[in-house]
Amino acid sequence: MSSEINVMESIYSENEKIADELKEELENKNVFSINVLGAPGIGKTSTLIQLIPKIPYKSFVIEGDIASDLDTQKLNALGIQTVQINTGGACHLDSPFIRDAAENLNVQDGIMWIENIGNLVCPAEFFIGEHIKMLIVGVTEGSDKPYKYPLAFEKADVILLNKCDLLPYVDFDEDFFMAGVRKLTNAPVIHISSKSGDGIDEAVNWILSVKK
Amino acid sequence: MHEYPLTQKIIKIAEKYALEHKADHVSKINLVIGNDSGVLADSILLYFEIIAENTICENAEIVIERVKPLLKCKKCGQYFERKPFSFSCTFKDCGGDGEPTEIGREFYVKSIEIE
Repeated sequence: MSSEINVMESIYSENEKIADELKEELENKNVFSINVLGAPGIGKTSTLIQLIPKIPYKSFVIEGDIASDLDTQKLNALGIQTVQINTGGACHLDSPFIRDAAENLNVQDGIMWIENIGNLVCPAEFFIGEHIKMLIVGVTEGSDKPYKYPLAFEKADVILLNKCDLLPYVDFDEDFFMAGVRKLTNAPVIHISSKSGDGIDEAVNWILSVKK
Repeated sequence: MHEYPLTQKIIKIAEKYALEHKADHVSKINLVIGNDSGVLADSILLYFEIIAENTICENAEIVIERVKPLLKCKKCGQYFERKPFSFSCTFKDCGGDGEPTEIGREFYVKSIEIE
């Protein structure tokens, strides 16, 4: 005899439950958390290196990579308290990873930056206890990215358009890019260069304006 | 890309409900997967066979209900199916801009059948 049981349970429910608990715990510790998304090589770590010294709060960084601790070494060498997560192949970070890493970092009173795995697809799908999602894209990637990877743009609270110092050398159609972005979100788009530091002050001011 | 751990979660959820109902075996798992959920249904089926081996879900049939994504028109408020590379409302001659909705992003276990 078989019988049917109603379940109606999201497959993400465990991840989301942990993420909700983590967010509450971070708020109790006065920590504001930023989930940093972007493709490989777009300058996520370089942008953090520019932003963090200008933020008047203590920063903690969780570095997510499939392999290696190169970025963690770079940040620790600059005196930024960082821990590495290696997913060993998994394409995104999920909330149990972040809960454990936040505990390792002993976060308190400050900003916790989570540099997600370089990938414009999967990281956008998982809530990991963050207060905001910061998407970093670049003029070198081409202007069609909002059309091809809509979820990352739709979920972003702020979009940093990086490598703007290379605009004279690449065929980036900014009108086409912005038309695509505005179909998906009203999030601010801030032009930056993680190499020259242009636009970083504006990004810092925006972050400080939303920090709880 | 991440269907392997997601398939593990599906089995975990089915196991939890089956054990709560003191079942010997799960014979069917009914899933709802939106076409914009980012989840590849074929990969779930592939992994399921491997991961379910030696569990209470072994040999269970997976039934997948697909949901087509709908955009909501900012101008006329209608829900409509997105045409490729377009956000324009297809209702009558509206042509307004559609915005993404949660319809088409479903990914959940609807029910299971147990023995």
